[in-house]
Amino acid sequence: MLTPVLTANWDQADSFTLAGYKRTGGYAALPKALAMAPDDVIATVKAAGLRGRGGAGFATGVKWSFIPQGDGKPHYLTVNADESEPGTCKDIPLMMADPHVLIEGIVIACFAIRANNAFIYVRGEALHVVRRLQFAVAEAYEAGYLGKDIIGTGFDLDVVVHPGAGAYICGEETALLTSLEGYRGLPRNRPPFPAVEGLYASPTVINNVESIASVPSIINNGAEWFADLGSEKSNGFGIFSLSGHVTNPGQFEAPLGITLRELIGLAGGMRAGHKLKFWTPGGSSTPLLTDAHLDIPLDFEGVGAAGSMLGTRALQIFDETTCVLRAALRWTEFYQHESCGKCTPCREGSYWMVRTIERLENGDGTDADLETVLDVGSNIIGRAFCALGDAVPVPITSAIKYFRDEIIQHQKEGGCPFNPAASTAWAE
Amino acid sequence: MPFTEEALTRLKADAAEVIGRYPRARSALLPLLQLVQSEEGYVSDDGIAFCAEILGCTQTEVRGVATFYTMYKHSKVGDYQVGVCTNTLCAIMGGDQIYAELVEHLGPTVHGDGHHDIVTVDGTIGLERIECNAACDYAPVIMVNWEFFDNMTPEKAKQLVDDLRAGNPPAPTRGPSRLCTWKEASRILAGFGDGQAADGPSAGPASLVGLKIAKENGWTAPEPAREPAPETAQKKPAGGTK
Repeated sequence: MLTPVLTANWDQADSFTLAGYKRTGGYAALPKALAMAPDDVIATVKAAGLRGRGGAGFATGVKWSFIPQGDGKPHYLTVNADESEPGTCKDIPLMMADPHVLIEGIVIACFAIRANNAFIYVRGEALHVVRRLQFAVAEAYEAGYLGKDIIGTGFDLDVVVHPGAGAYICGEETALLTSLEGYRGLPRNRPPFPAVEGLYASPTVINNVESIASVPSIINNGAEWFADLGSEKSNGFGIFSLSGHVTNPGQFEAPLGITLRELIGLAGGMRAGHKLKFWTPGGSSTPLLTDAHLDIPLDFEGVGAAGSMLGTRALQIFDETTCVLRAALRWTEFYQHESCGKCTPCREGSYWMVRTIERLENGDGTDADLETVLDVGSNIIGRAFCALGDAVPVPITSAIKYFRDEIIQHQKEGGCPFNPAASTAWAE
Repeated sequence: MPFTEEALTRLKADAAEVIGRYPRARSALLPLLQLVQSEEGYVSDDGIAFCAEILGCTQTEVRGVATFYTMYKHSKVGDYQVGVCTNTLCAIMGGDQIYAELVEHLGPTVHGDGHHDIVTVDGTIGLERIECNAACDYAPVIMVNWEFFDNMTPEKAKQLVDDLRAGNPPAPTRGPSRLCTWKEASRILAGFGDGQAADGPSAGPASLVGLKIAKENGWTAPEPAREPAPETAQKKPAGGTK
C-alpha cells in the first residue's frame, strides 16, 4: 500500500550526508544519465509520465523538451523549494533528510536541458534545511558531482542555494524568477513562458523539489517501472502529508490513486471519539472536500472529478469540532497578507472578502454578505496574473458549497457556535 | 548607526563573495540584505545604503525589495524571534491559544499592535504570528530564529520563552544542538554556514510515520523489471501498485 522511494532512507541517522546517500545507492543514476544522450534523458522522463509534484501536475519531461536547443543562450534550472502552500510539508522534510537526491536529480535535469547553472530557491524560514542544502552542495562539489567536468564527462554545473526571504508569492514560478533576479517577487504575464524567456530572459525550467528528486529513481529503474506505479494518467508515487485531527499525522509515500480512507487508516484513524468533517486534498488553494469524498482516488483525475485538485497532496484533516468559517477566514486572511498587490482584483478583492467573512464569522453577517463574498470571489478568478488570485475565493466558496447551513447558523446565533478549545491538539 | 571601518571592510569582502555566486550581481540582493541584517539585527538605512552602493542601484530600489519580504525587519527585534504559526491548521490545533497566552505571559512589550511584531522591553524576545512553515504534521509549531519547535502546547511555549529569557536556549526539535541568535541566523541565510548542518536528526518522528508502517508490513516499491517489459502500462486500475 505504501511505496517508500523518496522517503526510504529518512530513518538513517546519516541520510543527509554524501556517505549515507551513497551507501543506500545514491549517485548511481548520475553516471547512467550522463552516458545517455540528453534528449534520451528527456524521453525517459517523458515516458515515465512524471507530472509536476508542486501542484499543477504538468508533465516534467514535456516541460524539459520545451527548452530550445542550439539557441546560443544560457539555460537555467531553478528548483522551486519555496514550500509555503498552507498544509504542504513534504519538500522541507525531504531536503532535511535527503538533500543529495535533489542534487543528483538537478545534475541529471541540467544535463538533459543543457544548463550549466541551477538554483535551489529554498524557503528561508527553515534554517536547518538551508544548512543541510549548503552542506550537501559543498560535499557534492568536493566529490566531483558538481563543478567542472562532473565525474569526468566534461559536463559543468554550478548550483547555488538561494534562500527566499518570506513571500508566499515566490512559490509562483514567474514571481520566483523575478525574486531570484533580485527584485520584489511579482509574477510576470505569460507568454513569454519561462521555457523561452525565464531567468535573465533565457530559457529556464522551474521544477518542484519532489519532481526533481523523483528523477534519479526513474533513471535507475526505468520509465516503465515508474509508469506502472500509480493510476492510469497519474503515474508514479508521491508523498502524501496528513496533518490535523488524525491520530498519527505524518508523511506517507504511496502510489498516486490511494484514497483518504486508506491514508486515515494508516494514520491510526481520526483522533479518538471524533469524525471527519472537511479536508483539503492539496493545500488551501484546492477546494475543500468532505466525508463524502473518502473513497475518491487521490490522483490528478480523481480529485479533479470531485471538484477539487490534487495539488501538493497536503491533506489537512479537520473534525467536527472545527468551524469551517473560522478555517476559511484564516486562509482568506493569508491570501490577503500574501497578495503581492500587482493585480487590483486580487489585492482589493482579498481585502474586502476578509472583512465580509469576518462579519459572517462574528455572527453579524447577512444573507447579502454571503452573496457578496461569492460575487467578489468570482470577480477575482481569471482576472489576476497568477494562481494566487484564483486561490483567494477557494476556501470560502467551497465552505459555502458544503456548509451553507452552518454559516447561516452563525447569523442566527449572533456568533460562532463552535468552541475553539475543543479543536486543539491538547483537547480532551 | 553607520558601520565602522572594520565592519565595512568585512561586509565588503563578504558581499563580494555573495555576488560572486551569481551570473548577475543584482541576484545577490536578497542574501545581501540578510548580510546587513546579520550585522545589526535588522535592515537599517545604512544597510540599505550599503546594498545600493555595492550593486549600483538606488536606495529606493533596495528599500522596495527589503519591504516586500517579511523576513527582513526594519527595527530591532528580539535576540530570539519567536514565531507562532497561526495559519489555519496550526491555529486550530492550538496556535491561536498559544499566541494569546504568550502575549499575556511576556508582560510589557514595545511597538506592539497586538497583531504584528512585538518585542519585550528587555529586548530578549520578539513575538510574531507567522504563516504556514511547512511542518503541519508537527502542529502546532513555533519557530525560534527560524528553527523548528514542534508539537507545542501553551505550557511548553511559556517554558520555551522563559528559558530563552534566562539565557538557556533549548535545542530545536529538528535542528542544531545550539540555537543560534537572530543575527547568526541571518548570516546563514546570507550563505555563510555555521558548521551545524550535521547536528540534529535526519527526520522527526512524524516524517517517519509512513516509512515505519511500510517497514513493519514489508511494503516496498516494486523491483524494476530486468528486461524492458512490453507495453503493459495501458490498463491500470485506479490506485495501488500493479
